Amino acid sequence: MTAAAPAEIRRVLIAKPGLDGHDRGAKVIARALRDAGFEVVYTGIRQTPEMIAEAALQEDVDAIGLSILSGAHMTLFPRIVEELRKRGLDDVVVWAGGIIPAADAAKLREMGITAVFGPGSPTTETIAFLRAGGGRSA
Amino acid sequence: MQRKVVPPPGLLPVAGGGGEKFSGSKVALRPTTPLRDAPSDSPAPNGAPGGAPLSDSGTQGTASLEVPPADSSSTAVSGSAASRSRPHPPASAERTDVQLITTSSEPVERLYGPAHFREADYAAKLGNPGLPPYTRGLHPTGYRGKLWTMRMFAGFGSAEETNARFHYLLANGNTGLSIAFDMPTLYGYDTDDPQAEGEFGTCGVAVCSLADMEVLLEGLPLDQVSTSMTINSPASFVWAMYLVAAEKRGIAWDRLAGTTQNDILKEYIAQKEYIFPPRPSLKLVVDTFAFATEYVPRWNPVSISGYHIREAGATALQELAFTLADGIAYVQAAVDAGLDVNEFGPRLSFFFDVHNDFLEEVAKLRAARRVWAKVMRERFGATNERALWCRFHCQTAGVSLFAEQPENNVVRTAIQALAAVLGGAQSLHTNSLDEAIALPSEKAARIALRTQQILAYESGVANTVDPLGGSYAIEALTDRMEAGCWEYFRRIDAEYGGMVEAIEQSFPQREIADSAYRYQREIDSKERLVVGVNAFTEGNDEPVSIPIHAISEESKQRHLARLRRVRGERDAIHHAEALAKLERVARDGRENTMPAIVEAVRAYATLGELCGVLRMVYGEYREPALV
Repeated sequence: MTAAAPAEIRRVLIAKPGLDGHDRGAKVIARALRDAGFEVVYTGIRQTPEMIAEAALQEDVDAIGLSILSGAHMTLFPRIVEELRKRGLDDVVVWAGGIIPAADAAKLREMGITAVFGPGSPTTETIAFLRAGGGRSA
Repeated sequence: MQRKVVPPPGLLPVAGGGGEKFSGSKVALRPTTPLRDAPSDSPAPNGAPGGAPLSDSGTQGTASLEVPPADSSSTAVSGSAASRSRPHPPASAERTDVQLITTSSEPVERLYGPAHFREADYAAKLGNPGLPPYTRGLHPTGYRGKLWTMRMFAGFGSAEETNARFHYLLANGNTGLSIAFDMPTLYGYDTDDPQAEGEFGTCGVAVCSLADMEVLLEGLPLDQVSTSMTINSPASFVWAMYLVAAEKRGIAWDRLAGTTQNDILKEYIAQKEYIFPPRPSLKLVVDTFAFATEYVPRWNPVSISGYHIREAGATALQELAFTLADGIAYVQAAVDAGLDVNEFGPRLSFFFDVHNDFLEEVAKLRAARRVWAKVMRERFGATNERALWCRFHCQTAGVSLFAEQPENNVVRTAIQALAAVLGGAQSLHTNSLDEAIALPSEKAARIALRTQQILAYESGVANTVDPLGGSYAIEALTDRMEAGCWEYFRRIDAEYGGMVEAIEQSFPQREIADSAYRYQREIDSKERLVVGVNAFTEGNDEPVSIPIHAISEESKQRHLARLRRVRGERDAIHHAEALAKLERVARDGRENTMPAIVEAVRAYATLGELCGVLRMVYGEYREPALV
């Protein structure tokens, strides 16, 4: 991928970082995105930042959705962003869903997590967000 | 690799695994499960469309005028019932803007009547409280004899902070303890393990060794309150820490009361906090049954849990059926290991979710007692009455809580708690209003406890036993739950050869994922309205002041210092010998593992070390990724 990549998002990785096994949201969003026409790869649970970045590279995805409910997002998300940079994947859209307090969400946006969806967000919001390019400039 | 490609519709016709059910147009906006609305003992045709006019979406709204009213379809179901009431006038005035279905997407009839419950069936189907099949309750006096235990789940940060929260809860009228452990503890890692990065204390308290447990329990009246511990894969180790901590304070094991969740099967199904593969994990569970029966007679060595199954998206029926199917698997494993069902049977306990749909939840809990009594008596030949008892803890549904207008969560929790009480729960945890946002604050936890106290002392519902018993609707829904359980048990046995095999082949996992997706689709399409989420959102923009309960670095450092001290100061020889003994016992596979575990805990082996030994012997489980 290069900086000149088109803004269109077609291929998406859904990932579960950390130890938390609450995978209901990850599975639901994976199905909803697939039914909306995206190609979706789901990592399964208990993924380290390295594993997620490596999967993003190998699967050549345009966007990564991180699902987390354990509260470890402020530690794990920056590490994922860093691992993506190391692999030259700066232009991959990264967004998140789960139990993430608003103050943390603001900080995460500064780190490059372009959107955070909490409990109760309809899947249509995520679909619209990705169709609009996921906050990524073309 | 654990990865799995989910193709978009049209790219590949079949995704395999869970994907195939949802390829193309098979995504269901409406219930796909057969409806079971007949009493369990009547020859009901499967799929009787009890709620047909109600459950179709808007496009058929006007068509419902021509369709027979909801009531008449069940005339066909129980046609032999002479006493059946006549159909009511056409359902022309019924709402079609949302689906009139339960939280589990099951239709309900407009009216239930005498055909749904015959007085002549009273003794066989209900029985008075205290009599089989225990539909109305386990004890003749119900809550007049003993109120449910108000047991608030708590735990965060280091042992010191959680110990302080427990003292606070007891001072406020909490009548039982319930310990939440942090993620590394649940997965059997010490806090300084690389796998534990960022997870210290966020979801519960960190317990790495006996030293942490001693601090956690300091000053708590262990011989007077019962303690529940939500721990599964490493349950044997953490239970051993509790036993040894009590012993060091001079409290004999036979005076300890409590519960270890220790339900590994639902981890593979739903919560995913497994470490070892299913078969050796089952062996560890059965070892605790034998150990508890012999040495800790007031302890419940397992809490067979539907909670996590439900939170992962199961319907009420799936929660009940898969939980009881797990129970069947544990009993079978224990019987196979030579234990007497009449001896360990009374120590089994259960744990259910209570979601929003009030009638459905009450019916589920009443059906749980009836089905389990029949399972224990008919399938396992139990004769000890207490072995027939389905005793259960309830927790209100975390998944029903939202960050939008969080004060409304108090109302949701109150309704759910009322269902638990009318369903006859032995103990109850009520969730705090801020749980969709952060760890519960002290004030939010207090409101949740006060909700239970208002139910217990102000509402009057605790004054009479099973006050909803005999309600046509409740009895019809209870029957439907029961019939659904038998059908799931039949499928699990006939198609998979048992629950362990069904889990290994992802059967319950697929069923749950399908239900979770259906539920989300109903919300996204607004066929199901959720207040403050997809309807009535005025006020969502108002700022909420929920204090965020953050875990301090100081707390982490204090905990890590204790861990280092334990490793440095323990008797190295005792420690090494105890771990070697545990490895020998685990490899041999015949002896009970508990005595070796207790000895290793006495030697201050850490949780990471203990699990490390068993990881080496048993291996680690990896699940296939499935959506």
